[in-house]
Amino acid sequence: MEFFKIRKDIPFMRHALWFNAISFITFLAAVFFLFSRGLHLSVEFTGGTLMEVSFAQAVELDPMRERIAKLGINDVQVQNFGSARDVLIRMPALKGSTATEQSTKVLAALKEADPSAELKRTEFVGPQVGDELAIDGLKALAFVVVGIMIYLAIRFEWKYAVAGIIANLHDVIIILGFFAYFQWDFSLPVLAAVLAVLGYSVNESVVIFDRVRENFRRFRKMNTVEIIDNAITSTISRTIITHGSTQLMVLSMLLFGGATLHYFALALTIGILFGIYSSVFVAASIAMWLGIRREDLIKVTGKKDADDPNDPNSGAMV
Amino acid sequence: MNRYSIWKYVVLVAAVLLGSLYTLPNFFGEAPAVQVSPARSSIKLDLDTQAKVEAAFKADNLAPSVISLEGNSLKLRFENTDEQLKAKDVAQRALNQDANNPDYVVALNLIPRTPAWLASLKAAPMYLGLDLRGGVHFMLQVDMQAALTKKAEALAGDLRSALREKTIRHNGISREQQTISISFADQAAATAAQGLMQDQFPDLLTTVTPANNAFQLNAVLKPEAAKRVQDQALKQNITTLHNRINELGVAEPVIQQQGLDRIVVQLPGVQDTAKAKDILGRTATLEIRMADDSSEARLAEVGSGMVPFGSEKFLDRNGQGVVVKKQVLLTGENLTDAQPGFDNQTQEAAVHLTLDAKGARIFKDVTRENVGKRMAILLFEKGKGEVVTDPVIRSEIGGGRVQISGRMTTTEAADTALLLRAGSLAAPMDIIEERTIGPSLGAENIAKGFDSVTWGFVAVTLFMCSYYMLFGVISSIALAVNLLLLVAVLSMLQATLTLPGMAAMALVLGMAIDANVLINERVREELRNGAAPQTAIHTGYDRAWSTILDSNVTTLIAGLALLAFGSGPVRGFAVVHCLGILTSMFSAVFFSRGLVNLWYGRQKRLQSVSIGTVWRPDAPTRDVIAKAKAD
Repeated sequence: MEFFKIRKDIPFMRHALWFNAISFITFLAAVFFLFSRGLHLSVEFTGGTLMEVSFAQAVELDPMRERIAKLGINDVQVQNFGSARDVLIRMPALKGSTATEQSTKVLAALKEADPSAELKRTEFVGPQVGDELAIDGLKALAFVVVGIMIYLAIRFEWKYAVAGIIANLHDVIIILGFFAYFQWDFSLPVLAAVLAVLGYSVNESVVIFDRVRENFRRFRKMNTVEIIDNAITSTISRTIITHGSTQLMVLSMLLFGGATLHYFALALTIGILFGIYSSVFVAASIAMWLGIRREDLIKVTGKKDADDPNDPNSGAMV
Repeated sequence: MNRYSIWKYVVLVAAVLLGSLYTLPNFFGEAPAVQVSPARSSIKLDLDTQAKVEAAFKADNLAPSVISLEGNSLKLRFENTDEQLKAKDVAQRALNQDANNPDYVVALNLIPRTPAWLASLKAAPMYLGLDLRGGVHFMLQVDMQAALTKKAEALAGDLRSALREKTIRHNGISREQQTISISFADQAAATAAQGLMQDQFPDLLTTVTPANNAFQLNAVLKPEAAKRVQDQALKQNITTLHNRINELGVAEPVIQQQGLDRIVVQLPGVQDTAKAKDILGRTATLEIRMADDSSEARLAEVGSGMVPFGSEKFLDRNGQGVVVKKQVLLTGENLTDAQPGFDNQTQEAAVHLTLDAKGARIFKDVTRENVGKRMAILLFEKGKGEVVTDPVIRSEIGGGRVQISGRMTTTEAADTALLLRAGSLAAPMDIIEERTIGPSLGAENIAKGFDSVTWGFVAVTLFMCSYYMLFGVISSIALAVNLLLLVAVLSMLQATLTLPGMAAMALVLGMAIDANVLINERVREELRNGAAPQTAIHTGYDRAWSTILDSNVTTLIAGLALLAFGSGPVRGFAVVHCLGILTSMFSAVFFSRGLVNLWYGRQKRLQSVSIGTVWRPDAPTRDVIAKAKAD
């Protein structure tokens, strides 16, 4: 089998402007939704109580909401979770009553209406923990961004590092944009998924940059645009196949992993799809705009370019 | 060129064998068991206890299949739950004479059915997190400010007595938060006090400031002393929690420090949050009273005669009766510390108590009036009292430093000190996170995680085999080895496996195949460009390696960030993610190359390799090739 029978290099970079425009618009839309709607943060971040209750048969949510409201607990969210028989209840942290009291009261009220109610899981998070998690999340993001940039800068050159990180941060923003637009539950595992995607989709850029460097060495007569086109064309089958196989795994999580892994898998799916797009088209074209050159990557042996101030080895010859 | 030396194959085979060995325990499942652990820290669990239990079982025709004594817990494995339940009752009766005051906790547990020969190799199944087995999780925040304030209050009291002893005149000692301020009328007194404090209170940092015709001396805890106080507070709270949780009869509670001021408590299998919280939050109280030394009381102690009016009878830890007066002299609030140590003169084991200023004053009066009499220290928990120790007062004791010694071993001294300290929490705690996972949900989560990994694995394998033929089969075997090694490493490290951890396992398999796709695509490309099969394999692996390394490093950076900054579910994800990346480098590159070399390496005149379709453009029009040749 061979899916990719490509005779000629595809002139991707001819359309670089379009690709960048598309990703810029998606990016802006994501930022807009992030600010206008905000993320629907899970209890872990906001603090409060969460209860997962399952019933013997499907239940109506509205009467349940009224029942809980009668207990004097406000701002309660009741939603189905996984199936029509499983219900997720989220309550803000209340002053003066502990989480256990709160959940026992609610469960008693639910049992009154339907004796088959069974408490499967409760979670209570104090407000101080939530803030910390948000800060730790941002720290982790910063660590990943800086770490990857340093690595790319050492392995390649700063232009590649900038291009790679811009392309992949834009993936992260787009995932967050989806979560904001659909008001999906943004929980800790989703955060983990987002960061894993960041590390993963930088891979793509690395693979292409690696090819660019190799091509700079091999094809001396090609110009930068041709070199990038060739690098993308010759790696595209690998890119799509690897992402496809990772997506197979993620799909299996989405189908069999149940409600707990649902949003985790969803974040990965979006990340993987946009990861292909951004690392192939965005990273390469940003690198092109930044003006990567053969001379930046290939160490000139013998006669040195004495007037290159960027060369860390200039002047120091052994 | 595509041959591995013998030692490389030895490494590969050894890795797979070791991997299989340590993965094996995960397949045996769990067996019902009874676990016995001491209910109090003062009670020992040793071979005698084991013999006692075994004898009781023999009498009832119960034969546990495996008996293991590890540290402070005795585990007895049974073949079915009927025997297990019966054994629990038998052990309960054999070990605890008084059902209301049990010496040992006898709990039902599930322990791995790992065969003895595997267990002797320290091979054990993966440790499942709470979300996979059900239970309660609490995170408690220790109020360190309160601990520091309490310490400052105690020091202020000590200072007051020390100044009085040295007859240094002052105009009052006050405490504002954690700062102790003393005002003096003249500088000489202030300097003298400062000198005294440097000598006797090395934990305090003092500054003298002149304030409207008086001298103000401010003292705060030195940072290192403050840190010590906080450490102690945390440790003491953990010890206290341990003692209390023992009563719950939880088989394997986890009580851990997290960060500087937090404690995580995990109780697998416990569903009753309310009871757990009640026990965690309970305060034990310590009381110091006089023992009743009248002759009637002496008689009552040995069990004959009535307890005199105004006195009560309590049992000490050896089950001996002690009659004490009802009047409470001091409570645990006045006790600031209790440490095991040695008597200065006799070198006997001793317990050193430190009382605060108020306690010291009362203690001085009491001891002066009662030389030669006995004093009892009682610990009340759940409204039930127990005599920790009842020493005889030898002389008047002032200054708040009390020493209990005589007829004590060093372990007894340590136990007594621990019990005295356990009387109260060093600092108040709040529950800031609480999670309950029902047992059915735990089992469901295991099934879901397992299904995700299995079906994902099957799908990827099917695709690889049909797309890359033999190379796909080799890649799939390498992927299976990766899973094997990952499970083996997780079992070996006994890292906690959670549902996000299982998700990471699935994800890492999806990512690990990336390396093999890279290699296979590279080999195909070399073949497409007209390389001989052996050369194509060689250069394919060589060229792909640097790319694989690069991409794994970036993934690892993300994994490490999650490990460093993540908590709870994120950390469970990150551990598996990072380990999986490392094992994938071994299996996808080193192992798969080994298989390829084994299959193709010996064929000198290799005509073709089974790597699926190597498609070539019809004519050599590919300008890339043309250019490459012109180069």
